[in-house]
Parts: sequence; structure tokens; C-alpha cells
Amino acid sequence: MTAPVVIQAPIARARSTARRWSGGRVALHLVLIILMIVWLLPTIGLLVNSLRSSADIASSGWWTALFPPTGLSLDSYSAVLSETDIAGGFINSLFITIPATIIPIFVAAFAAYAFSWMNFPGRNLLFVAVVGLLVVPLQTTFIPILKAFGQVGIAGSFLTVWLAHTGYGLPFAIFLLRNFMGALPREVFESAYIDGASPVTAFFRLALPMTIPAIAALAIFQFLFVWNDLLVALIYLGATNPENLPMTVQIANLVNSQGGGWELLGPAAFISMALPLVVFFALQRYFVRGITGGAVKG
Amino acid sequence: MEERKSGWRRALAIAGSTALVLAACSSPSTTGGKSVTVIGTWGGDEQKAFLAMVAPWEASTGNKVKYTGTRDINTVLTTGVASGVLPDLAGLPGPGQMTEFAKSGALKPLDAVLDVATYKAETAPALVALGTVDSKLSGVFIKAAVKGLIWYSPKLHDYSAAPPKTWDDLKTQAAANKGNAAAIWCLRLGSGAASGWPGTDWIEDLVLRQAGPDVYNSWWSGKTKWSDPAIKTAFSTYLTDVVANIKDTTEAVDPTKDFSGGGDPLFTNPPGCELFHQASFITGLGAFKGKAAGTDYNFFPFPDVNTQFTGAVEGAGDLFGMFHDTDEAKSLMKYLVTAPAQDIWVKAGGALSANKNATSYPDDISKRSAALLANAKSFVFDASDLMPKAMNDAFWTAMLKVTKDPTSLDATLADLDKTQATAYAAP
Amino acid sequence: MDPRLGTALAVVIGVPLVLVGYIYLTEVVLRFAPDRSRARIRPWLWLLPALLFLGLFLVVPTILTILRSFQGAVDGSWVGLDNFAWFFGTPDALLALRNNLLWVVFLTVFAVGGGMIIAVLVDRVRYEQFAKSIIFVPLAISTTAAAVIWRFMLDYQSPGSPQTGTLNGILAAVGLGPISWLQVDTLALNTIFLIIVTAWMWTGFAMVILSAALKGISPELLEAARVDGATEWRVFRFIVFPLLLPTIAVVSTTIVITALKAFDIVYVMTNGNFGTDVIALRMIKESFLFGNFGHGSALAVILLLAIIPVMALNISRFRAQEAIR
Repeated sequence: MTAPVVIQAPIARARSTARRWSGGRVALHLVLIILMIVWLLPTIGLLVNSLRSSADIASSGWWTALFPPTGLSLDSYSAVLSETDIAGGFINSLFITIPATIIPIFVAAFAAYAFSWMNFPGRNLLFVAVVGLLVVPLQTTFIPILKAFGQVGIAGSFLTVWLAHTGYGLPFAIFLLRNFMGALPREVFESAYIDGASPVTAFFRLALPMTIPAIAALAIFQFLFVWNDLLVALIYLGATNPENLPMTVQIANLVNSQGGGWELLGPAAFISMALPLVVFFALQRYFVRGITGGAVKG
Repeated sequence: MEERKSGWRRALAIAGSTALVLAACSSPSTTGGKSVTVIGTWGGDEQKAFLAMVAPWEASTGNKVKYTGTRDINTVLTTGVASGVLPDLAGLPGPGQMTEFAKSGALKPLDAVLDVATYKAETAPALVALGTVDSKLSGVFIKAAVKGLIWYSPKLHDYSAAPPKTWDDLKTQAAANKGNAAAIWCLRLGSGAASGWPGTDWIEDLVLRQAGPDVYNSWWSGKTKWSDPAIKTAFSTYLTDVVANIKDTTEAVDPTKDFSGGGDPLFTNPPGCELFHQASFITGLGAFKGKAAGTDYNFFPFPDVNTQFTGAVEGAGDLFGMFHDTDEAKSLMKYLVTAPAQDIWVKAGGALSANKNATSYPDDISKRSAALLANAKSFVFDASDLMPKAMNDAFWTAMLKVTKDPTSLDATLADLDKTQATAYAAP
Repeated sequence: MDPRLGTALAVVIGVPLVLVGYIYLTEVVLRFAPDRSRARIRPWLWLLPALLFLGLFLVVPTILTILRSFQGAVDGSWVGLDNFAWFFGTPDALLALRNNLLWVVFLTVFAVGGGMIIAVLVDRVRYEQFAKSIIFVPLAISTTAAAVIWRFMLDYQSPGSPQTGTLNGILAAVGLGPISWLQVDTLALNTIFLIIVTAWMWTGFAMVILSAALKGISPELLEAARVDGATEWRVFRFIVFPLLLPTIAVVSTTIVITALKAFDIVYVMTNGNFGTDVIALRMIKESFLFGNFGHGSALAVILLLAIIPVMALNISRFRAQEAIR
């Protein structure tokens, strides 16, 4: 593949410039823009309705508020902020979510490395068993675990949810990290071992840095799932320490037992969505080409 | 080099982990005084009302009430009872669950906690009986509601002077006074995960007044079958007299249309309907909330169907129980059933008290509802709340089915019989 | 200053330190082991924290659940396979199973297919970050809010009244009558809608992971292929897709399992009525609403059994991968 490349290169470059505004590109942009609109539409509906009164919501579609008279106001938002201890709930959510995101990442990284780059009998079977644990419905674990927490005496403290979320999040975390770590090039590790590096060094100096995009993705999802979780926190904290409950519980309580007040869930959702989106943006920058050094060559 | 680095990290790790374990095991301290943990289904304005109700107790005892509201109360309490981690007080999902919890020993009897004599004097006997398990008082009613009120807008026609006394009377009058309303009845069964329950209230009211309290009681306790002529008649009446006279059955059973907005058509111009059957707590929901009691809306009680069974009233309420008999919990429980405490919630509106002496109702309408409750000749509790949960769930689903498709009545009743055969075989 | 802040800081800093320290510790410990067995013991030391967590929080409860499924409504009364027989005897058992199958097939196809397509497409535009964020937003919304959103989308007003739901509004604009979407069970349309609601959220999940995997493909490889005259489609089909296959398998497996466990959306929007019932919803109801843990546990076991084919596929995939590596 030598002489032909030299001749074809200029043509290829010319072709790629011409491709910039070809029908293919226009179609690409069109498809993406339509997709984005379709995806945003439901959320925009919620956004517009969160700015309207409940009487308006019941009588006309949200799109009617886009034209005058709009009847838009921030009343619902101020109601949400003033009626609940949202600030306290927000802090609790942070207390619960941050450790519950960090711990599983570390535990899973060690396990994923062992599954990818260490050989031992039963490796595949054990790995598949771990992944299979994804199907365990969380509700089936509540009673034995809460009983154990109660007997140990930590029921109601944040430790319970940190431990529980770690346990619940590990199957997916290990699954994801092992997939990315396993795709790293064997040569890199082999040359490191030849140079006398221990597995620990190889892990911290090679495997971990090259798996950053996967770790970033995992961090985003674990953060998100724990942030939006209601039931786990309610079960482990609610009975004895309501002051530790996260924002999700306070938001759910905007609605009374008859369902009245459900219009407040819209504004509350936007308030609650802010931080996960910030986390997403912050970690997005790790999804860049070249982190793995273009390692995957197939 | 490697050794020294890992030694460093190891020391830091040990220090960090010690701090971690110490800090994590410490629970947050309360600011002076003890605390009582309470779990209930109340959220939103109900939560505010409850917190207002306990505020005077907190002030006088220096204790703190820590309240958790959740609509997943069944999951939380079932898990709690099975695992032994429970709040001090809890709003119980219903008399059935209360009985289970009491029998398992989780609920503490309240005979030594309250002044039982006063409680019995101030509360309707039926409610006292419902809270009693094995002749021990295990649950008390903190809030109550009357079911089966027929709401109307006086602007269309004012029934206050001469409300219909019998069902036939109601049918004639309703047809005569329909005016420009789109339909006679408003009906909405949607209620999220509990969709169908407004329909069950209809059937219960009809069974009570067509077949009487005895049949009503043997029905919810599983002794009378669903396909029994008495019960079937109630369904048929519902289908021919009500469902046939609503504007749109699709809307009535639509899951996205919440029952709380079901009465909104009463207030539109022209009105969407003339009459709306709902419980006393509807006044705090939907369009009712912004309207003036008496001028914009009013009610008359469900008329008799069979005059033999006149004076029967169906009600419901929120049961409360105690899981830990600490001194603070006992003190709070004792306070919650008193009239002054109940008055606080009652004043906020939208709720009735189980305590006869709580009389600070904000308007005439609530006063009349409370009077209905207090003076009922025979008071029965909401039947679906008394049935085992599996039966209750099937009942809700059945209401959606028959309302959408009245021809499926016999098949649906047969299905309900099947469920009834197994649902009552409780341990 | 909130006293819990100290705790949280201790955890955030301390736990990683503890874990890192642990790993270094294992190397020290291994030094005491004979040379040959080091490589045999090491994996288990690395796996130990994970296995502890998994064992305590997932494995032990699952074993208890399996045991419980052979007991009756009362703890400790052994009834053998009665609970399983009960389930298959209930009138709508087949319906629930059918719905679960629909969930598995359609959720996976929509979410993974959609995520794949979007990941590949946004890779080529400059506003990639922005586009990905928009697809991601639904995942950031909790289920409670998602139910409200879709209430606004699917809302129904009687014919003649102004429509308040987006879909019915569109229908009205073109002169068609409103439909109560969640009630229509012909061709399982309402179940499909609930699946669409969930796919709307989970496509972002698939997209994020597939996008991360996409970035790991060597750009030189792709350029070489393009230079050799391959069309975009051939580049995708013969280079990109095979390299993404392992990640697609991970995402698909996760979403298939999510589909099996799905119950939140169904519970909140229809409570399983109108033919939308699924096994997980029944399980929750039986255990926590009706208090019959025997029935509930049996349903949980049925879910566990349902993933066996998925796991078998994964095992054969690993074996194939090992052969290449």
C-alpha cells in the first residue's frame, strides 16, 4: 500500500472538502435537527406548563401559551422553593450521591482490571454471574438489608445508602469498565510487565488513564441514578432519620395523598435536573478521541 | 521509592478510614429535647396541615416531630415491620394492614396511652371498632371523610331548599334541571396507581342503600359473592343511571385524567355536567379549590334508594398507630386525638375530624359534612379499604373495565368472584 | 457548618484512600506468598471488595428470595412449586409475559438502535456536545417528572373540547379526533407507548456509552479506509460496527435487563390496566401491597430465569473474544 497511497492522497483530500457541503452533509444536519426537536418536544411542553397556573394547564394545551396572552409566571417555581425544605434536601442529595458515586467506581475498577487482565479459572463464569446480578430487583433486597442495618445499628445514617448504592451499582459498573479495559491493547501491558512493572503500577499508570472515558460515563450514570433515586433512600433513611432524606422525597411530597398539587412536579423536576446536567457537561470533556491513544486497532 | 510512596499512602489510608468509620457511625444530634419520627401518606398541603397540628405539642414539650411523607407507605411499612426498623408513629394504609401489624406485635396497643373513655365518647363507635384488634385499641383516626356526597353548582340549579330524598326522585329532578349542561353526571376514575377507586365509591354507596348495611358488611368481608344479585344490581344501576348519562366514557377512564379535576365541568359555562359524586375532601382539589363554598358549589347527601335503609352513611379516614412506646411517642399520640389538635387541621379546610368535639370548620359545607358523619344512624367504613388489598386492586381494575365496556359486566363479576375465592385466605 | 460535612469529606477522601491503600497492601501481602501462587491469589484479592459488596447486597437477598419463592404467604411454610403454578393460573399471566417480551424487544431496538445511530451521526458535527446533551436530558429527569411530561403529551380531552395533550393537539390541527392513547390496547399500542416513554429516556444512556466507545477507535484506521475509497456506509459496516460490537453487547444486555425490570412507568401511568401489566409490577404488588411474599418472590425468580438466555449469549461472546485475544 505504498505507491497507490501517494497518488490517491490529493484526490482524497479534494473529495473530503467537496464532501463538506454535499447532499450527505445537509441530510445529516437535517436528521440531527429533527431528532433534537422530537427529543426536546416533551420537555419543552413540561417547561411551558411549569410556568402556567393549574387552571390554565387543565383547560388548554401548552402550545397556546407561546402566543399572547401567555399567562406565564414563575409562581409555581417560587411555590416549590418556599413550600419545601428544598435547600436541605439538596444538601442531603449531595451527601448521599457524591460518596455513592465515588466508592463504586474504585471498587469496580479493581474488579474490572482483575477480570480483564488477570487469568484465573472460572473467570468468565464469575463475570457473567456478576453481570447477571443486574436483574435482581432492588425491592427484593430491602428487607434483609434493612434488618442487617438495624441490627448493626446504622439504620438511618448516610452510611447505609452509601453502602447500598455501591452494592446496587457494582454489576453495571464492573460490566462497563471491564468492557473498556479489556479492549485496551495487550502490547501496552506486556511491554510494561517486561519492564518489570507490578500489576498495581500497570493499573494506576496505564489501565486507569486509558479508561477515563468509560469512568466518566460511569460517573455520569451512577451520579444520575443515585441523584434521582427515591425508594432506596426512603427505605433506609425514612423510618428513623427523615432529616437525611434527599431532594427526591421532598419533591414527591409536593403532591398530597389525593394527588393534588401535581402541577408542582414540573417546576420541581427542572430544579432537580440542574445538577445532573452540570455533571454531564463537566464530564463530557473526557469523551474525546485520543485518550486511549487511538489504541484500538482491531 | 515505591515502598516509601505506598507507605505514605497506607498511613493516609488508615487515618482516612478511621475518620470515616467514626464519622459515619455518628447520627446527627437533635437540638435539645427528644424527637418522634412519624411516617404518613400526607404530602403538599396535608403535610403542612399535619405539621401545623403538631406545632403546639412541639412548643409545649420541647420535642421535635420528624415527619416523612410518602405515597409508597405500603412498601415502607411492610419492609419496616419485616425488618424491625420502624418509625415511632405511622399513618397506616388501612384497617386491614393495621390488623396484620397489630397481630404480628409490631403495633403497640394504645389502651394505656390514651384516655380511652374520652376517646370513645368523642369518636363514632364504628371508627373506634375499626381501630380495635383483639379488644385492644391499636389504631386511632386522625382524619376522616364522608363519601357519597352529590355536588352541584347552585348557579345551575339550587337544590339546597329541596334536595332529592330518593334515588328515583334524584333522577327525575336531575333530568328536569339539566338546563344547558352537557350531561347529568361528571365522572372520572383516574387516579394514577389507584385508578378506579371513585367508581368503587359509587358501587359501595349503591350497595349500602339498595341492600343495606348487613349485606354491605358481608360483601366486603368476602361472604357475599360479587355475582350475587344484590351486588349485581348495584353495578347495573351504576351503569344504566350514571355511566349512560355522562359525556364521554373514554375520558372517564383515561389514566391521564385525574379524579381531582373531575368536578371542574360543574363550573364551566355552559356547565359540562350537573352533578358530581365525590367525597368531602374534593373541596380542596381541582377547580373546587378556588371557588366559594355555598355560592359556587354545594352538596346534598346521597339519597336513599331503598327507604328501609335510610340514614346510612359511608365514610373513610386516616388511621394512626404507634410502633415504639417511648414517652415522647405516647405523649404525641395522646395529643393527636384531642379536639384542639384536630381543630387545627380542620380549620385549614378540606378535611373532617373523627373527633366530634372538633368544630372549627371554616365553612358551612364542611360543618354539614361533619354533622353527617357525627349523626349517622348507621355508619360504615369504605368497603374497598376494608377488603384485602388483592381484592381492592381487582375492584379498582373492574370499575375501569365495566365503565369502559358495560357489556363486560358479567364476565368482570365472574373474575372478581375468582379473586375473592383466594384473596381472603389470609394467614 | 453542617456537622455532616465532616463525615462526607472523610468519606469522599478517605474511602478512595482506603481502597487504594488496600491494593498496595495486597502487593505487600503477596510478597509473603510463594512465587508461583502469586498470580493465582492476586485476582481474588483484587476482586475481594467487589465480591463482598455484591455478596452482601445482592447475592444473599437473592438466595433468600429464591428460598422464599417456595414458601407460602406465611414465612416458613413450604409449598413447593405452588406459587409458580398460581402465577400461570392467573387470568392475565400470558398477557403480562407477552408485554414483558414486547418491552425487551422494543426497548432494546429503540434505545440501542437509536443510541447507535445518534452516536455515529453526532460524531461528525461540530455541535456534538450540544446535540448529545439534548438527547441526554430525558435521562436526567426522574420517573416522577417523566410521568408528568408524558401526561402532557398524551392527555385526552373529549372530542369538541380544546385539546391539552401534544399528540392530540397535533391530531386536532389536522382535523382528526382525539385518541386516549393509554387505553388503546389493539396491537398493544399503549404498551408500545409506555416503551417509547422509557426509550426516550434510555436512548441517551446508550448514546453516551456508544459515543465513548466510538472515540476509542483509531482515527488513522478510519482515515486509511476512507483514503482507500471506502464509502461511509462501508466504513461503518466493516470497521466501526465490528469494533463497537462488544460495547453494543454491554449496552444491549443492560437495557434488556432494564426492560425486564420495568415497572415504574407502568405503575405510575396505568397501574397495569388496559392490558399493560408486566411481571415486575405484579411482583411489587404481590409482595408489598398484598403482603404475599411467596407470590412476589416466585415472580422475582421468574425474572431471574428470564435472563438466562441473555447470560448464555454473553458467555459465548466472551469465549469467542478470548479466542481472538
